[in-house]
This record gives sequence, structure tokens and C-alpha cells, in this order.
Amino acid sequence: MFKLLMSAASLGKQRTTGGLKPGDAAVWVLLVAGALVMLYPIYWMFATAIRPVDALFNGKFDLIPNDFVWSNFVTSWNKLPFEVYYVNSIAIALIAVVVTVFINLLAGYTFAKYEFWGRDVLFFMLLATLMIPIQVIMVPEFFVVAKLGWVNTWWGVLVPRAAEAFGIFMVRQFMVSIPDELIEAARLDGAGEFEIFRKIILPNSWPVIAVLTIFTFMWRWNDFSWPLVVLHDPSSYTVPLGLNLMKGLYFTDWTGLMSMALVSILPMLLIFVFFQRYFVQGIAGSGMK
Amino acid sequence: MAVQQAPKVRQTEQSWWARNQRRLTPYIFIAPNMLVFTVFLFVPMVFAIYMSLNEWSLIEAPTFIGLGNYVAMAQDPQFWQSLWNTLLYTAGTVPTSIVIGLVVAIGLNRKLPARGLLRSIFFVPVVISMVAVALVGAWIFDDSYGVINNGLTALGFDPVPWLSSQRWAMVTLVVATLWVRIGFNMVVYLAALQGIPPEVYEAAHIDGATGWNRFWNITRPLLGPTTFLLVILNVIYSIHVFDLIYVMTAGGPGFSTTVLVMYVYQAAFENLQMGYASAMGVVLFALLLAFTAFQWRITRQSEGV
Repeated sequence: MFKLLMSAASLGKQRTTGGLKPGDAAVWVLLVAGALVMLYPIYWMFATAIRPVDALFNGKFDLIPNDFVWSNFVTSWNKLPFEVYYVNSIAIALIAVVVTVFINLLAGYTFAKYEFWGRDVLFFMLLATLMIPIQVIMVPEFFVVAKLGWVNTWWGVLVPRAAEAFGIFMVRQFMVSIPDELIEAARLDGAGEFEIFRKIILPNSWPVIAVLTIFTFMWRWNDFSWPLVVLHDPSSYTVPLGLNLMKGLYFTDWTGLMSMALVSILPMLLIFVFFQRYFVQGIAGSGMK
Repeated sequence: MAVQQAPKVRQTEQSWWARNQRRLTPYIFIAPNMLVFTVFLFVPMVFAIYMSLNEWSLIEAPTFIGLGNYVAMAQDPQFWQSLWNTLLYTAGTVPTSIVIGLVVAIGLNRKLPARGLLRSIFFVPVVISMVAVALVGAWIFDDSYGVINNGLTALGFDPVPWLSSQRWAMVTLVVATLWVRIGFNMVVYLAALQGIPPEVYEAAHIDGATGWNRFWNITRPLLGPTTFLLVILNVIYSIHVFDLIYVMTAGGPGFSTTVLVMYVYQAAFENLQMGYASAMGVVLFALLLAFTAFQWRITRQSEGV
């Protein structure tokens, strides 16, 4: 199924299908119109970011900028210590990837391949956590983080989110399809349980590792509400918090806001362009069982 | 002698581990995850339930007031308003994004030129942070200088107070949400559509079923489980909505876009009503559980028929 999506994703292959039925042509025109609408906000971020500032407030409806002021990016970047926000965001996202992928792989594998007392109850509890809005528990959760001395730190942001129910679920769905015989054969050879995980399971799990890596990075990169609770000192802010601060301070500076919003989504856009199929797998996989 | 004894001891140790390894391993493997869940989720959840029975402003020690917060909630018009806003937002986002997602998925499941590129374009907003979505949304819908109002004025219409009127602010938030949600739902539906074997349609074609008939009698029932999952996921997302509203409208103008989650946040961190905030959180959680159980039953019943 994923191969289908992948091959469909490599565009241009069907471009030569000359005779399009009238019905299909109408559908196609509608879809292209829809796609333009979907693309428009990203284009508008760019078109706003590079425009001369006074061209924003003349009330005219012009979709294509006449002047390109590339220095807007530098000016906007220097309004707030964005380099600090980026260092924080990158560090949090990368450390979170290492921690989350490792512990979710272990747990997902366990739920897929081991029989143990309490398994189904625990798994159900994990899924139920998806329903808890963070605002419900953020007060007590914040106290725990404060007790640990993690306010304004990377750890305060990433450790409470390190165990992702969605990630465990994703890994479990994948690992179920690894044949039991592989594991049993290794056991008969006298391999220890962790050795089996490391030498048999991991090498067979690259697709799910890739999916989980990308999703964890995206979750942490885009996080807003939990960092908002944990990070108070502006020097500990992540990029989304920095953007929110910028909106509070310079709320009519749309050049600055759009240029910095555009820069902030650029890493995710690039990852999306190169690893699109993993996004599709991660999301489609959750819907298929 | 000593050299010979050493491996013996090790062997007994090993055999204890060997005997118990398989029994203990699962617990060791899930331990890190469970530790995080317990410390940062289950314990706070229990604590939140306990706190909901207290009055607590953070500054003074908590006082036990039983169900007082729940009684206050029932009499708080702002609570009902925020609950209503949550329902409005959910009703505005969930059916629309699922239906549009399905329509786009069916369209992009056909053999069309550049459909791979089109799929990517519909999907790309999913990877963008809600803060960025909120910022670009606020700018596009800006009352005075936003591109939509500029366009309306250029065409001779009156500008619409998208974000500054109580009537339109919720609509604007729903539209901004659709931008992200359609692509998500489309991808899930697309995967499900591709899982339908072509033979099913071929058989229907021989029986003379076409167009709407084919969709209603074949595609729709086969997509049932996917729709079920998407309804649950979308309702959860909609009820959890925070980032978008916090950045785009901050719950305003007035109280018109303050959803329950937003009101909980304000009660806790702006008004320092920890007990009251917790009580509302507990109610929110109960609502979500009830919804899922309800949805589950409906599906079970319709499958049984």
C-alpha cells in the first residue's frame, strides 16, 4: 500500500496520459484550484516577508510583490535573540528524538511480542492518555517539573513528553508483523532478551524508526502549550514561544512576523520534501490497524 | 581451586537470571516509558482529581471544599459559554474537514496528471506548527490590511470584521483549522481507499452500479472503520485546541472564542484558581471519555445490524 503511495508521489509519470475524460478533467481542475488555496498561506508568508514594509499598509490588493527586500529577514531576525530560540528548539528536538525513539521502540516491541501479566490493561491505559488534554494536568505536572528543578530547562520540556502513546502504538503495529520464529530461533541459540532486541529486532525496524524519528522531531519542534508552561525565562524560549513573544511585542510588524514564521517552518518543509513517504506512513498507518 | 569455583558461582547466578529472564524482561523494557507516564501523567491526573475538591490559589494552603468547585462551575456562565464555544468549534471543524478530506481523497485516488504533487500540496500544512498557522491566519484575515479584506474591498464589497467581531472570530478559527485538518484526513482516507481491492469495483461495474450508487453502497461502508477512527481523532484534536486560539485570538473578542481548554488555562495561570481549573479539567476529560464510549457503541450497533 505504501509503495502505491510512494510511486504515486513520484510525479510526472502520469503526465503523458493524454486523453482525460471530461469528468476527470473537471475533477482535476477543482483539485488544482483547491491545491492553490492550500498553498496560498505559505506563499503569502513569503510574499509578505520580502515586501517593503510600507507596501503592506496601502490597502491595495496586490498578490505579487513588486520590490523584493531580502534584508527584511536579517532585520526581523535581529529584533529578538532568535539564535537562542533556535539553539533551544534544536537541542530539545534532537535529544527528544534519541530518548523517545529508544524507549518507545522498547515498549512497542514489548507490547507486540511479549505475554505478561497486566499487558492489556497497561496498553489500554496508554491509549487513554491520548484523551487527556495537557491543560487538565499541567498544574500538577508543572509542580513535578518544578520539584525536579527543571523549570526553564530543556529537560523540563522534553522528559515529560518522552513517552508518546502514539509512538508506542505505531511501533507495536509495526512489530506485530515481525515473525515470532526469528525471535524464537535467536532464543534457542542462547541470545539474551536485550541482545535479541538489539540484533534481531532493531535491524528489521528501520522503517518504523524513521517514521518515529521524524514525528518526534516534528512534535517537539512544533510544541507550544507545554513549553509555555515550563519556560518562563526568555533565554530558555523555543522558536514557537519566540514567535508568540514577537507577536505580543510587534503585533503590527507583519513583515517580521511572516519572515520569522516562514523561517520557523522551513526545517519541517525540507524534511517533508525529502521524507514525505514517512509522514504518509505514520499517519496512514495509525488509521489502518 | 579458587579459579575453578568462580565460574560455578556465576553459573548459578546465570541460571537464576535465565530462569526469570523472560518473565522479567517485559517489565524492564516498558519501565522507562511507564516511569515517565506515571510521574508526569498518571500521578498528575490523580492529583488533579484531588485538587478539584479543593480551593487553592497557590499562595495559601489548599482547603477541602468537597464538590464546591463543581457547584460553582454549574453556576458559572463563562464555563457554559466556553463549553458552548468548544462544541461550536468541534461542530464547525470535524464534519467539514472529514467530508472535504474524503472528497479530496476520492478525487486524488483517480489517475490524474500530477496527482502526486497535488497530494503533497494538500498534505503539507499538516507539518506546520499551529503557532505559524495562527500567525499567517491572523495576517490573512487581518481586519484592516489582510489580503481577504483587501480583495473584498477591491471587488466592491464591505470588509468583514473577521477577527474583531464576536460573530466572525469563531468562523475564522474554523477556516484556519480546516487548512491543516483536510490534508490529515485526506491521507488517512487515501490509504483506506487504496486498501479496497479493485475486484470489488469490477464486480459492481458488472452489476451496473456506477457513480453515486457505487460510492454509497460500496466505498462508504468499506470506509466505515476509517471514518470512525477519524471522527474520534478529530473530536479529540478539536477539543484539545489551544495553540491556534491562544495565538490568534487569545479567546477574544470578549469571550467569544474562549474554548474550555483555554478557560482552564486562564483559570489556572491567570486567575490562580487551581482547584477550579482542575475541576473543569476533570469534566473535560469525562466528556471525552463519554464521547468515545458513545461513538464505540453506535459503531458496534450499526455493525450488528
